[in-house]
Order: sequence, then structure tokens, then C-alpha cells
Amino acid sequence: MGAGHAHRLHHPGDSPVHTLPAHTKLVAVLCFVLAVAATPREAMWAFGAYALLVAAAVAHARLPARLVLRRLLVETPFVLFAVLLPLTVPGPTTAVAGLQLSVPGLWGAWNILAKGTLGVAAAVVLAATTGPTALLLGLQRLRLPPQLVQIAAFMIRYADVVADEMRRMSVARRSRGFEARGPAHWRTLATSAGALFIRSYERGERVHLAMVSRGGTGVLPHLAETTVSRARWGYALALPSAAFALCLTAWTTR
Amino acid sequence: MHVPDGFINAPVSVAAGALAAVAVGVCLRGARAEAAEAPGGPGSGGPGSGSERLAPLAGLAAAFVFAAQMLNFPVAGGTSGHLLGGALAAILVGPYTGVLCLFVVLLTQALLFADGGLTALGVNVLIMGVVTVLTGYGLFRGLLAVLVRARAGTRRAVAVASFTAALVSVPASAAAFTLLYAVGGTTDIPLGTVLGAMVGVHVLIGIGEAAITMLTVGAVLAVRPDLVHGARGLARRPLTLRAPGEGPSPAPAARRPARSSRRFLSASLLTALVLAGGVSFYASASPDGLEKVAADHGMDEKAEEHATADWPLADYGVGDIGNARLSGGLAGVIGVGATAVAGVALLYPVARRRRERARHRAGSTRSTRSTRSTGSAGSAGSTGSAGPRGA
Repeated sequence: MGAGHAHRLHHPGDSPVHTLPAHTKLVAVLCFVLAVAATPREAMWAFGAYALLVAAAVAHARLPARLVLRRLLVETPFVLFAVLLPLTVPGPTTAVAGLQLSVPGLWGAWNILAKGTLGVAAAVVLAATTGPTALLLGLQRLRLPPQLVQIAAFMIRYADVVADEMRRMSVARRSRGFEARGPAHWRTLATSAGALFIRSYERGERVHLAMVSRGGTGVLPHLAETTVSRARWGYALALPSAAFALCLTAWTTR
Repeated sequence: MHVPDGFINAPVSVAAGALAAVAVGVCLRGARAEAAEAPGGPGSGGPGSGSERLAPLAGLAAAFVFAAQMLNFPVAGGTSGHLLGGALAAILVGPYTGVLCLFVVLLTQALLFADGGLTALGVNVLIMGVVTVLTGYGLFRGLLAVLVRARAGTRRAVAVASFTAALVSVPASAAAFTLLYAVGGTTDIPLGTVLGAMVGVHVLIGIGEAAITMLTVGAVLAVRPDLVHGARGLARRPLTLRAPGEGPSPAPAARRPARSSRRFLSASLLTALVLAGGVSFYASASPDGLEKVAADHGMDEKAEEHATADWPLADYGVGDIGNARLSGGLAGVIGVGATAVAGVALLYPVARRRRERARHRAGSTRSTRSTRSTGSAGSAGSTGSAGPRGA
């Protein structure tokens, strides 16, 4: 399910959500998703309210609704799984449109669909309003070990380069009349993957040597630390605070 | 297989996140040593230290894993699959760096592509990163050690070991998912059904993964054997220097010992046992879906008992042990043990025959072998990248 990753994901803009520092947005989205995941599934109204909160964030970030809806397609495999649940889970059944559906299965499907969709929607808002570089800086400010941030930075920077290399190999194969139709052609594809690994690794070696020859010591220079005012934090955390309030209400009124 | 939000409940997600954080921390430390040892690194005379080489090397390896996951392999009838890459990454760049690569790929996918939930990131890192790498690399090194001791050809040994490692790593990951699901699943699907469906489907996926991993590792091994981390130190023999008129004398570059293989072997065996024991412990508590349906509809009155019903492992529970869960867990552990014994029993005669054949040929090949031994040349050379191809 790693397919379909090649879209351009960032949607540049200058809305208040776009200009928030990345680490505040990361914290906000993580807390929001945690609150959603912790909500009892019987509280359907709470999930409606969560959806309204996300919709408000989308509107606030001035993101086109079509973009968000299209990006929701990423969860299709689990939608298929959820659709199967009412038919497979044992338990008391109920008749819906002439079909015997299991009640716990329906609850499970609802739970996965509601929480999964809200989680994807929140992550889409984050990715659409935050560029990859800003996201990495945010992770660094959240005290992810600097080396992990560096690895992620190199990966994001070179993912397109490596993917393009793969595409060129594919063009080269096809221009020689190769068409992969089944397992008989796996050897050719795997040889390409092997060549791709060697090229990627050697590129890594060259990048390292280039860094060393320019005086690199493995520590990336720190950019100026900007302090975030309390008001900005408050603005960023409005979404998860509302979500936590909803979650608590859902638990107490259960 | 990216688990979305809401699939596993919040407490278990948070616990899995903490566990994954610890695992990534441990791997970060181990990966620095791996980067230092890599060909061209300071361990082999290259410039820089391990920690400064780690970021570009692991970053590009992660980019490779990311791209390899987009490479579609046609199966049949217009369907296609893609690589998961856990075992492949571990074999090519080493277990610690492999976990880091997968962590970074999963993190990026969750943050930028909304693929896999943010709260489920820990779960995803555990099942797709840690478990696949641990089982994959452990099995690979273990099998390789057995096969090499049996004098199998290096290339064939690597092929068999990488195939098996990748084949097992995928259903192991599915079993780990089932275990997490047993503890923190949000829907009460009978666990027997989950385990059966997950492992069944993933054995099929694992066959494709195994074939592609084997072929890819073989392709890298043919061109730059020094880059296959898991097979380093496997060169047929250390490079020898010969002066005219002298016999061969051992070069100062010593053969690299298989450092962490034993630790990983035991860790992976332990994982398999814990998984099998733990999963069966939970799974056997409730009858599986088919059995339940059968019981509900009175079908099992007519069903004949299986011929081996008296056998102690029948119905995956050890007989004579009162506690159903305990006996199920024991059955899982025994199953893993039996699989290991069967594997050794199957491999041993092959290995012995090969050893005998090798003894026959030893006299005729010894003279040519030393000139072909390029395996460790790359890691012994100063820059590495010019090693075996220049030779």
C-alpha cells in the first residue's frame, strides 16, 4: 500500500494555518488524533463534531475541498477491510436491506472508518500546509535526535532523484522491448532494483565525500531559534483542546 | 499494510510508540558502528567517522527503500504487488541501519502522505520495521552460517538464506500485527480468524517478496559483493599477497568476524517463540470463526474427528494440560521448535553431500580460487567504491 506516493502534497499558501510554526502544528495534529482514537465509538455525535473541527481547519487554511477529498483515497484498502467486517464478525445480527449483518461488525466498521478518516484528514491538512523542510525543522524542534532528522532530510531530498533514476531504467527497459507481464520477468525487475540500490548507495558515498571535502563534520548548522509566543501556541492548540473536551464529554455522558 | 488510526486502541498505540522509540534509539547507536564499518568508512581506512557517514548513507538507503516500494511486480491477470523491503534493507545495509531506513520511510509516509495513522506510527514501526528486520536478518545470518559451514557455494547460500529470510519475515510481521490486535484491537473478530487470514495472505505475499529479495540481493552480490552487509566476511578466503618465487602468505587484512550474528540469531528465535507462544495463548482462548459457525449450527456433531485428533498437538492445544490458553501457547512454542528441527534435518543431508563433493574438488580448484577472491577486497581497500570492479 505504498503506491500512489508520487503526488505533490504541499499546497502553498499564506493562511494563518500555513504560517504557524511546524512543531506547533505537529503537536496539535498528534493530540487531535490521539483524542479521536480515544473516543468511545458509541458517541457518534462526537465524531460529527470532530469532522466539523477538521472542516473548520480546512476552511481556515483555505485549502480546496477537492484536494482534501482526493487525498482521502489513501485509506481505500482499509475501507475495503471495514466493509467486510459486518459480514465476518460473529455475534447478534440485524437485517439491513435484506442482508444479515452482525452488530459488533457494524460497530467495528464504523469505528475504523470514522477514526481512520479523521486521522487521514488531519494528516492531510498538516502535509498540505507544511512543506517538507518546515516539517523536518519541526521534528528537530520536538527533539527528534538530529541524526534521524538528517536521515529523513536526505531521504526526502533524494527520494525524487532515486525515483527518477528508477523511471529512467524503466524507460530503458521498455525501449528495448521489455514488458513485465508476470513472475517470469521478475529477474529483470529485481536486477534493476539491485542496480538501483548500488547507484543509491554510491550516491550516498559521493554525497558524504562531497560533504567531507567541504569541511563537513556531520553536524548540520543550526538555524536561528525562533521563540513561539504563547498566543501562537494557543492558536495551534485550539483544535486539539476542543477535541479533548469532546472526548471527555463523550466518556462522561456514556 | 499501514495500520490507520483507530485500528488499535489508544493505550496500546501509545505503548507501541514508546517501544518503537526505544528500538529506534538502540538502532541509532548500532547504525553508527555499521556506517563506520561500511566499505570506504573509517573502519577500512576511509575518511570521516561513523556518525557523520550515517546520515547520507542511511538517507540514500531509505530513499532506495522508498523507491523500491513503488516498483510494481506484475503477478498475474493484471494484478501486481510491491516490495515491503524489511528483509532486503536489513540484508543490504545491516539490521540497525535497516530499522532506521524503515522508520524514516514510515514517518515520511505518515506525515507527508497520510499513509498509516500518526497514532499508529509506533505500531507500524514495530510490525513493519523491527519485526521484519529482526526475523529477516536473524534467519539470514543463521542460515548463511549453517550453509557456509556446509561448504555451499557463497552465491547459492546467500540466495537460499535471503529467500527464506524474506519469506518468513512477511508472515512474522502479520503475526506481530495479530498479537498487537489481540491486546488492543477495537473489534472483536475471533483471533483465530485474524491470525489465519493475516498469516495466510501474507505467506502468499511473502513468496513474492522472497523471490524478489533473493534476486535483488543476488544482483547486488554479483556487482558489488562488499555492499551486501549480511554477506560481508563471507569472501571465499582472505586476499593473499604473492611475491615471485614465494608461496602464498596471508595478507594482513584479516577476515571480518561475523560480529552480531549470534546475538541476532538468538533474538530472532526468541521473537518467533514469543510470537508463537503469545499469539496462540490469546488465539486459542476463543474458537475460530469456522469452528464457531459449526458449533452454532450443530454441524460439528456430524463432522468426523480428524485422524490425528488424539495427537497431542491436534487443534493446536497440548492435550492433558487443563488451561486452554496455556496449552495453546505451548503448542505454538512447540510448533516453532519443530519447524526449526525439521529445517535443520532437511538441510543437513544436503549440506553433508555438498561438503563431500567440495572435498573431491578441493585439489583442482585451490590454485584458481585465490586469484578470484574479490569478496573482501572492497572492504579492505581504502576507498571501497573502486574495489571489486577495479580488480
